[in-house]
Amino acid sequence: MRFAKRQVKQAEADLTPMIDMTFQLIAFFMVLINFSQSEQNDKVVLPQSELAKPVDTPIEYPIIIHLTSDDAVVIGGDTISMEALRVRLAPEISLLELEGKTPADASIIIRAHRTAPGGRVQDLINRCQELGFEKFALRVKEEQV
Amino acid sequence: MKFRHRDRDDDRAELQMTSMIDIVFLLLVFFVMTFKISAQEGDFNVRMPLQGEGAPSDSTQLPLKLRLVSDGRGQLREIILNDNLSFGTDWQKLRNYIIQTIGEPTGPDDDDGPEVEIDLDYDLHYEHVIEAITAVTGYRRGNDIVRLIDKIRFAPQRK
Repeated sequence: MRFAKRQVKQAEADLTPMIDMTFQLIAFFMVLINFSQSEQNDKVVLPQSELAKPVDTPIEYPIIIHLTSDDAVVIGGDTISMEALRVRLAPEISLLELEGKTPADASIIIRAHRTAPGGRVQDLINRCQELGFEKFALRVKEEQV
Repeated sequence: MKFRHRDRDDDRAELQMTSMIDIVFLLLVFFVMTFKISAQEGDFNVRMPLQGEGAPSDSTQLPLKLRLVSDGRGQLREIILNDNLSFGTDWQKLRNYIIQTIGEPTGPDDDDGPEVEIDLDYDLHYEHVIEAITAVTGYRRGNDIVRLIDKIRFAPQRK
C-alpha cells in the first residue's frame, strides 16, 4: 500500500525582536559600566560631602592611594605600610621623569576611610610632600540628600 | 520542455544563530553582574608644597586658623577659629561666620582670597576633616555650588 508523503512544516521562532532587545540591553550596560570601579577599594568607605562633584576634566598623572580604617595603605592593589610608601612610589616617580615631568606635576588622590584618623591622612600627605608631590585631591562621596 | 521543479524552501540560507545568542547572553550576564550603582565621587583639591614654599604670598593676609578638637575617641568636640571663637560642633555656625567675614564669595580663581589652615588632633576621624573643608569651601544653593574659600592647608601635625 502506498502512503501519501506529508511534508511536516518546521516551527520557527522569530528571534529578531529578542536579539534586538538583547543588543540594546548590552549597549545600555556597556555605556553605563564604570571601569573606574577598579580604582575603588571595598575596605574604604569615603566620607560624604554635599559639595562632591565629579571632576570635569581628567586629572593629569593621577596616583590613587587608599587609606583603610585599619591604617593600611593600598596603591595599585598592593597593601603596604606607611614606611614603605617611598619605595612603592619610586617606580611612579621614575615613570614621571621618563616623560619629562616631576612629582609636582602629578596628583595624589587620597581615598581615605571615613573613620581613619585625620592625622594619618596628614602623615600620608607629609610623606608624599617629602617625595616632591604638591597636588593632592581628597576624594569624597556625594551626600545623599 | 519540462522544467525541473525546485522547492523554494531549499534555497533559504539559514544562519546558525545559536552560538551568537550564546555569546550575546554571556555578555549580557557579565554586564548585569558587574553593574554597580554607586554614588558620585568628587575631589577637594589641596595644593601643599613642602613647608617654606607654601607660605602665604601676602604676609599681611594671615590664614584663618581652624582648630578641630577631638574627644579622644575620634569624634569632634569643638571647632575653634583663630584661637578665640568657638562654634561648638555646629558647622553651619562656622559657615555663617565665614560668609559674614569674607563677604560675597570670591570665586575659585581669586588668588588673593583668604586661606584656611586646618589644625586637627591626630585621632580625629577623617570625616570631620572633610566636614570642616566642606563648611569653609562653600555651600549648595539649589543645584549650584557657591564657593567661599578655596585655599586650604594643614597646620603642622599634632601627635
